[in-house]
Amino acid sequence: MSPARVGVITFPGSLDDRDAARAVRIAGAEPVPLWHADHDLQGVDAVVLPGGFSYGDYLRAGAIARFAPLMAELVPAAHAGLPVLGICNGFQVLCESHLLPGALLPNAGLHFVCRDQRLRIDNVATAWTSEYAKGQEVVVPIKNMDGCFTADAATLAELESSGRVVARYLDVNPNGSLGDIAGITNEAGNVVGLMPHPEHAVESLTGPTTDGLGFFTSIVKRLVNA
Amino acid sequence: MARVVVDVMLKPEILDPQGQAIARKLPQLGFEGITGVRQGKRFEVEVDGPADAAALGRVRKIAETLLANPVIETFELRVE
Repeated sequence: MSPARVGVITFPGSLDDRDAARAVRIAGAEPVPLWHADHDLQGVDAVVLPGGFSYGDYLRAGAIARFAPLMAELVPAAHAGLPVLGICNGFQVLCESHLLPGALLPNAGLHFVCRDQRLRIDNVATAWTSEYAKGQEVVVPIKNMDGCFTADAATLAELESSGRVVARYLDVNPNGSLGDIAGITNEAGNVVGLMPHPEHAVESLTGPTTDGLGFFTSIVKRLVNA
Repeated sequence: MARVVVDVMLKPEILDPQGQAIARKLPQLGFEGITGVRQGKRFEVEVDGPADAAALGRVRKIAETLLANPVIETFELRVE
């Protein structure tokens, strides 16, 4: 059986596309590099939007990447059920694309935050979190400038009541996110946005833990069983 | 040629830590009596031809699509 193929999009200014591809490989899938200016998703089974500073975060983080040619292919595919994970800048792009609700504002403390962060996984029903136990605590790096998740009161209430908060910050809220929200999912559970970086915690040599690997093994398991 | 100015502001209920940082600095600089600062963005959009209804409609569409994020921001247009 051929391995699942997981695309990783590179935008101008993406930083973590290589680490995302590496995490995909370690999880047992084949990473497929996707270029923002192409119109072709190359038939991949899932897509990761990596961290970084696409288009230099000009205007707003993710605001310009949202209109990349490849996004015109990705948005309808995501609506049709393609699993999509946006990490950090990828999360910002997914919110700007309206694939996920809300928005990410500058950190409340106005400092770039970079540290190992404890999280709790609150939703294990998504395409990207099935390998975790509900309530499992993990430690993965966080590093961002615009990580303060915000949504209007009605949207926030809906995210909470429908269990669409995927991960929450523990110990300390690094950026002022409402409800300590570190990640959310769409209604169908195929699109997940996450501010911390699981792709940096997949090997003990380079990461603080290997707690992040579960996001990638979850999607591999799902694709193999599909 | 005409210039259409688009002012983008965070909605009042959205936290503006940059505006707050500016406001906190003012008393140290000797500026008294300031109760708050909100920071926004100003775009100057040059249009070909007069700033008629069609041109304003076009700029409004640009503002809705790209310049402002309606989830967190509002915008206003004016001709300068």
